[in-house]
Amino acid sequence: MNTLTDFFSFSDPNIRFVVIGAMLLTASSAIVGTFTFLHKKSLVGDAIAHAVLPGICLGFILSGTKNPAYLIIGAFITGWLSLAAVEFITRRTRIKEDTAIGLVLSVFFGIGIVMLTVIQKSGNAAQSGLDHFLFGKAAALVGEDLMVFGTVAVILLFCVFLLFKEFSLLAFDKAYAQSIGLPVRRIELVLTSLIVLAVVIGIQAVGVVLMAAILITPAAAARFWTHRISVMVLLASLFGAFSGLAGAYISYIAPAMPTGPWIVIVISTIAFISFFLAPRRGVISRMIRQRAIRRTINNENVLKTLYQLGEESKNFFLPRTEADIIHKRSYPSPLLTAVLHRLRRQGYVERIGTTWQLTEEGMSRGQRVVRIHRLWELYLTTHVNIAPDHVHDDADTIEHLLTPELETELERLLNYPTVDPHQAEIPYKKPV
Amino acid sequence: MNDLYIILTASLVACSCGLLGCFLILRKMAMVGDAISHAVLPGIVIAFLVSGSRDSVTMLAGASLIGMLTTFLIEFLHKKARLQTDASIGVTFTCLFAIGVVLISLFAGKVDLDQDCVLYGEIAYVPLDMILSPTGLIFGPRALYIMGAIFIAIVLFITFGYKELLLTTFDPAFASALGISATFWHYLLMGAVSATTVASFESVGAILVVALLIGPAATAYLLTDNFLVMLILACVAGVLVSISGYYIAVWLDGSIAGAIAGMTGLLFTLAMLFSPTHGLLFKKLRTTSDEVSSA
Repeated sequence: MNTLTDFFSFSDPNIRFVVIGAMLLTASSAIVGTFTFLHKKSLVGDAIAHAVLPGICLGFILSGTKNPAYLIIGAFITGWLSLAAVEFITRRTRIKEDTAIGLVLSVFFGIGIVMLTVIQKSGNAAQSGLDHFLFGKAAALVGEDLMVFGTVAVILLFCVFLLFKEFSLLAFDKAYAQSIGLPVRRIELVLTSLIVLAVVIGIQAVGVVLMAAILITPAAAARFWTHRISVMVLLASLFGAFSGLAGAYISYIAPAMPTGPWIVIVISTIAFISFFLAPRRGVISRMIRQRAIRRTINNENVLKTLYQLGEESKNFFLPRTEADIIHKRSYPSPLLTAVLHRLRRQGYVERIGTTWQLTEEGMSRGQRVVRIHRLWELYLTTHVNIAPDHVHDDADTIEHLLTPELETELERLLNYPTVDPHQAEIPYKKPV
Repeated sequence: MNDLYIILTASLVACSCGLLGCFLILRKMAMVGDAISHAVLPGIVIAFLVSGSRDSVTMLAGASLIGMLTTFLIEFLHKKARLQTDASIGVTFTCLFAIGVVLISLFAGKVDLDQDCVLYGEIAYVPLDMILSPTGLIFGPRALYIMGAIFIAIVLFITFGYKELLLTTFDPAFASALGISATFWHYLLMGAVSATTVASFESVGAILVVALLIGPAATAYLLTDNFLVMLILACVAGVLVSISGYYIAVWLDGSIAGAIAGMTGLLFTLAMLFSPTHGLLFKKLRTTSDEVSSA
């Protein structure tokens, strides 16, 4: 507990630098990353992260110092060049985008590695620490770094704030943005520059390979909690900042642990929790919803079958065996038994010995399904001009979905018909 | 002799990767290959901890499993969680790679792997690890034998599965109609990619495996429309970049694997400009001559 209070009192300036630096980096990357994600450019972020390496080396070779300004300029140039290369290859040759990204990423990185090894063997004493760009050095951030990161973060935030509407529009409807006269190319150019900028400072925290994670993963996680883009940006930056804080804390209590990978593990954990547990969009809530829909469909299909059996014998309340039902419409036997028991609990059928009998409610629900089915078949033949032998499957789906309001509307529109296209009677609640 | 060993090993890595790369780029799965090459890292570390050695069969099997798991996870996130493909690839491989790096630092004393080696390997050390007979006879470097075995396995895999791989690549619907399971061959291919990645890991590292998976295949794709010719051309390109990359690295005194990746880019650029069928230069010449003749 002592380490916890030590850490969060931020009395040690080193801790302060690391925590503020890590949080600045992850939060600002996450904000830019949200738009990278929405523009479906996640892997482009990965490509830029690898492609800045030769630029950093070049900046060092030309300037002879590790002055961040030169390195960032170099990184910016090759980062941009890599994007231009991906776009050129995709547009002008038969190579697909993913192949172009992979190719550019690995070739630029390879060239960067060659330059790095050449620099390391050149004997220039100033070069030590250049390889921080490969794996990040979040745990060794100092005051100077903070100044650079802070400035870049402010620039990023300011641009995103200024162009928020344009970025959002472009992410969702590029054609519309073009038609209302927005300078689409130029806005895309700005966004790409922001991605490059975020990558250039971000790789100093987590390194080349994991950069894509702090760009994309917070946004991917945030996407599962909201439909509003402003909320998404906010959530992504919170997730990012939290992972930065957690990563810094872990490497504080266990100094041998690398900060960057821990930041990524924390943010990935948040993402996987979101993917599974988020309400509405999460995997589990989606599964629960699908199960509920499947159950309703099974329920209604069995009630419909019982109703149709009733129509044939002109008596809806005759007890039926399970074999009778399967004879009319094929169900796997265990499924049918389970559905019938569920219907009994809900009060739609009653069990008499080994047979099943519709209740009043079950009869009217089965009747409604049959009514919608036949109304819909009629609607499709009369209003949509589909041949009567092609309408059954569609009606089989819609019978479970139509709302009572639409049902009334349909009845009105068709003028309360009595028979469907196959001359079967359309049953109404109160027999006409 | 050492030169020859290094070039031979690099060529075998390049050919194995190039052959598989042809399928990857045609299936639009180049980035899945990239993801697998990163994601096998935790598999390598765990297998290393369990078996205690680097070149055991457990390591290959374990890594292949992790590779298939990666493929499964990417598809699961895409299909079940409805995450867009690019993001599901990005999230999956970074997460697994981060776990791998943390595992390396956790077991730093027990695992003979370091971060640099993970990223760009050290092919220059290939001749240092020789297989010796009990009488002291030198049989050649261990890595050469491993890559030779992998290359033969890949060639056999493609020879015997040629029809199935081809059909599931170009027309998955027709393949299923013939009773060929697209999913089965998909996972088999990904398993092969993982195994190759792991075997090549020591020599060329995670990211440069990607250069060899994609580069030679993409170059070949620009030179021909015949798939069999594409496979052969990818191997030729792989050997060319291995030889030229090695000598450039020696000349610059830099990383061999990095130089090979750089040469992949150069070769691709040449193919992009001068390919007789798909090159930009000839396309341009053709359009100009069309204009002249129509004028």
